[in-house]
Amino acid sequence: MYYIGLIWEYLKNYMKTRLTYRADFWVEILSDLLFQATNLIFIFVVFRHTDNLGGWSESEVLFVYGYFMVPYGIFSCFINLWGFSERYIVKGEMDRILTRPAHNLFQILLENVDPPALVGSFIGLVIMGISGAEMGLMLEWWHIPALIILALSSVLIYAGIYITLTSLSFYSDAPTGILPLMYNIQGYGRYPVTIYNRAIQVLLTWVIPFAFVGIYPAALFLERSEMHRMAMLTPVVGLVFGSIGLLLWNYGVKKYRGAGS
Amino acid sequence: MNSAFFDFMRIRFLTMLAYRVNYYSGILIYTLNIGVYYFTWQAIYGSSGELGGFTAAQMTTYVAVSWMARAFYFNNLDREIAADIRDGSIAIQFIRPINYVMVKMMQGLGEGIFRFLLLMIPGMLIAILLFPVELPTAPSAWIGFLVMLFFSFLINSQINVITGLAAFFVENNEGMMRMKRVVVDLFSGLIIPISLYPGWMSAVMKVLPFQAITYLPGSVFTGRVEGTGIWSVLGIQVFWFVILLVPMMLIWRQARKRLFVQGG
Repeated sequence: MYYIGLIWEYLKNYMKTRLTYRADFWVEILSDLLFQATNLIFIFVVFRHTDNLGGWSESEVLFVYGYFMVPYGIFSCFINLWGFSERYIVKGEMDRILTRPAHNLFQILLENVDPPALVGSFIGLVIMGISGAEMGLMLEWWHIPALIILALSSVLIYAGIYITLTSLSFYSDAPTGILPLMYNIQGYGRYPVTIYNRAIQVLLTWVIPFAFVGIYPAALFLERSEMHRMAMLTPVVGLVFGSIGLLLWNYGVKKYRGAGS
Repeated sequence: MNSAFFDFMRIRFLTMLAYRVNYYSGILIYTLNIGVYYFTWQAIYGSSGELGGFTAAQMTTYVAVSWMARAFYFNNLDREIAADIRDGSIAIQFIRPINYVMVKMMQGLGEGIFRFLLLMIPGMLIAILLFPVELPTAPSAWIGFLVMLFFSFLINSQINVITGLAAFFVENNEGMMRMKRVVVDLFSGLIIPISLYPGWMSAVMKVLPFQAITYLPGSVFTGRVEGTGIWSVLGIQVFWFVILLVPMMLIWRQARKRLFVQGG
């Protein structure tokens, strides 16, 4: 209850800040959409030159991308750790967070919520609907609960990976970290992983499991039986990576000594 | 005066050196990027021998050299400038006898040289080992590419400075900076070479400055543009470099009149 009250207070605060910079609010939504459009453009351009990508048709690849957008939108809304080490460690705001009773990670995430990102999730659902209809996929009763469970598991995977990487800033003093670089590879899980060589497949499945935020879960709806087992594993991978993230974070906070001064 | 600019460059280089761990991880991630695009393009090529004037081998080279060029020209001048404006420290810059935009460009160059030596060159060596990259044999391609790479840096930095200075006018330009990043990656030909876009889109991209950042140098390096053609693509870059000086200087002059420090 206490935590729900906090969420409400932070959201009110968020709206106040955002309304101060109203024009930027719209530009930000627009730039998020443009970023998604980039990836769609990539798919459209690629399929002008080929009719399948490793045995997957254009509609299937679009559907996978639509799925990918759903957890990605939720993730970007609630787990926004960009510039964590600069703001909280270098500038010392972590000390302020630690003097408060609520869990420190929870506070930091709330301070950085970004609701406009959810627009992407809705567009993802629309893309899934359109490309699904093109392929003649029928909506079945289990699709909706499955989508909710899989999407939340995918969010958990994302969260686990990014929290793990961010918690590295408790251990090392690099100011920018590798987050911006991860940004570039996070999307690759949405292409059929089978086109990559073994090493990259293993990497995207077990090390930084971005394949579980795109292709594997989406394959369940596409009736791609070869990936069903992987799709079923999504919640497990989500729990494992989510826990790793949280453990490393908590351990890192314990080691945290402040930035001096 | 010139030695002051040189010092800004040198100090930035040394600052980057202190945080070089970032760049070791950068090499890894850029290589992974190249790898993923390499396999994606392999799957797209399938059995077809040529797409948009690129053979599969040229595409591999193009992907590798484009990402590695990005490793060199990329910088965060836009964010740095926006931060200076937002926290008000830009006010100090107005009373200094040195042009702030020039200082930023020199810092960017210091960072660029660092990235060239510690990220681009080692990264390229690894890419050559891992993927079938075909290096050009003609010396003109190498010289042309290196000169054009320098202009890529200049044009990209100019665009960054313009985006950063926009913070004077819109107060919070976070969204604009994100948008710029997306536009540059897409329209520069980093993600897809411009000749593969549908006709009308590539026509639009050819009249925009972004192609000068990645696509044109990449075309020289892969040998799609050779001989005297190199002079004309270099000409396009020089053209955009000169053209972009105008908005950059105008915005800077306007900005000095509009200074509006928020808080602090």
